[in-house]
Amino acid sequence: MENKTHKLEIFRGLLKFKSNETKIWGVLLFLSIVTVVEVALGIIKPEILVGNSFLSMKIINWIFIILTIVKAYYIAWDFMHLRDEPQGLQFSVTITLMFLIAYLAFILLVEGNYIFDMMYEGFVSWNF
Amino acid sequence: MSSTITTSVNNEEDLWGGGNKPLKASYGKLMMWFFIVSDALTFSGFLVAYGFSRFKNIDSWPIADEVFTHFPFLHGIDAPMYYVALMTFVLIFSSVTMVLAVDAGHHMQKKKVAVYMLLTIIGGAIFVGSQAWEWSNFIKGEYGAVETKGGQIYQFINQDTGKRVALDEFAIDSHSDRTQHENKNGIWYLGEGSLPSYTTDEVIAGVVANPYLVIKTEKIDVNGEKIILSREESLEKINQIVNVVEGANLVNNEYGNRLFADFFFFITGFHGFHVFSGVVINIIIFFNVLVGTYEKRGHYEMVEKVGLYWHFVDLVWVFVFTFFYLV
Repeated sequence: MENKTHKLEIFRGLLKFKSNETKIWGVLLFLSIVTVVEVALGIIKPEILVGNSFLSMKIINWIFIILTIVKAYYIAWDFMHLRDEPQGLQFSVTITLMFLIAYLAFILLVEGNYIFDMMYEGFVSWNF
Repeated sequence: MSSTITTSVNNEEDLWGGGNKPLKASYGKLMMWFFIVSDALTFSGFLVAYGFSRFKNIDSWPIADEVFTHFPFLHGIDAPMYYVALMTFVLIFSSVTMVLAVDAGHHMQKKKVAVYMLLTIIGGAIFVGSQAWEWSNFIKGEYGAVETKGGQIYQFINQDTGKRVALDEFAIDSHSDRTQHENKNGIWYLGEGSLPSYTTDEVIAGVVANPYLVIKTEKIDVNGEKIILSREESLEKINQIVNVVEGANLVNNEYGNRLFADFFFFITGFHGFHVFSGVVINIIIFFNVLVGTYEKRGHYEMVEKVGLYWHFVDLVWVFVFTFFYLV
């Protein structure tokens, strides 16, 4: 109840809403557009995005993951109203999670990749 | 951070006794954030474990577009992803009604809070129901497949049309019944589940008799598509099968790698359980709003707290959607 005031601009001030309620609808519209783009890309699978890769991941997958993080940002910032919270709370939530998850993902995905290589190049047949 | 320094330094209670609020949030709200952070780590543990298994089997992981192709009332029509996209919209929309309820709570508008809470509950219930439908399709399966001794899945393709063929379209019924082995007839831990509709011999006979059938393996080629064997290779490989698989369970599934179904059940199940408990908590809060508990208390912070949880569930679904259905 401490936060009587809402910060009403999104996109770094590019878009400012008149009231908190209209901001919510605006964010919904934005999230819907992002989801529609994701689903459309997933169904069409443009050749240029599927065929090429960047840092050994397909470009389409980079797009999916980046769009997901964008959606996560707006859900946390506007729906969970982190935007209206003090910076201390924003950072203690997001930096903790970003660091731990990135670390865990890095370690386990590298390990998974290594195990794949071992099974692929090893002398034991896994297809019998 | 000058805002964290309290002016009444002389008051021990204010400075060290809990009166100092650097994060400007109440106890309950902070605890909800603690829970959300730890729960987010649990979910990321699951999703990263999924990524690990997927990287480990990167050349044979099922393609989600080929697994989730159902849409209600559209039988036999290939509709990949439309249904999960719809579920995502339902969940995001119920998130919006939840924020609107919180916002109405700030303005102490009891009626509005109640209406928006009710809409949120309905949205959550639709989502859980959709997930149940998705699960039932996944468990029932559509085409059926066979399994080799090494646990690889072979699916069947009509090589003229390129379409999947269901087992019951070609398997030749030999009218022989194998007795189901129940645990009361032998060692108690060696019972077996219900038998598949066809035996391996019936499937093999069907493949031999129908020259249009070829095997689709679970291996992925360089273009990211499943490798389809020639007719000769199919006839050779079909003799190596040991199991007929219909649908999915925790042991094997007709879609491909065994771990795929396990992770599907575990991750979407854990998320679905969160949605379910969110709906239950929302209902409790909804009734509290109706009887005026928060009106008497003077603030609607409880709605805000349960709202945080509800948005978190939505947030998790955004990630599950990406990593299970899109990537």
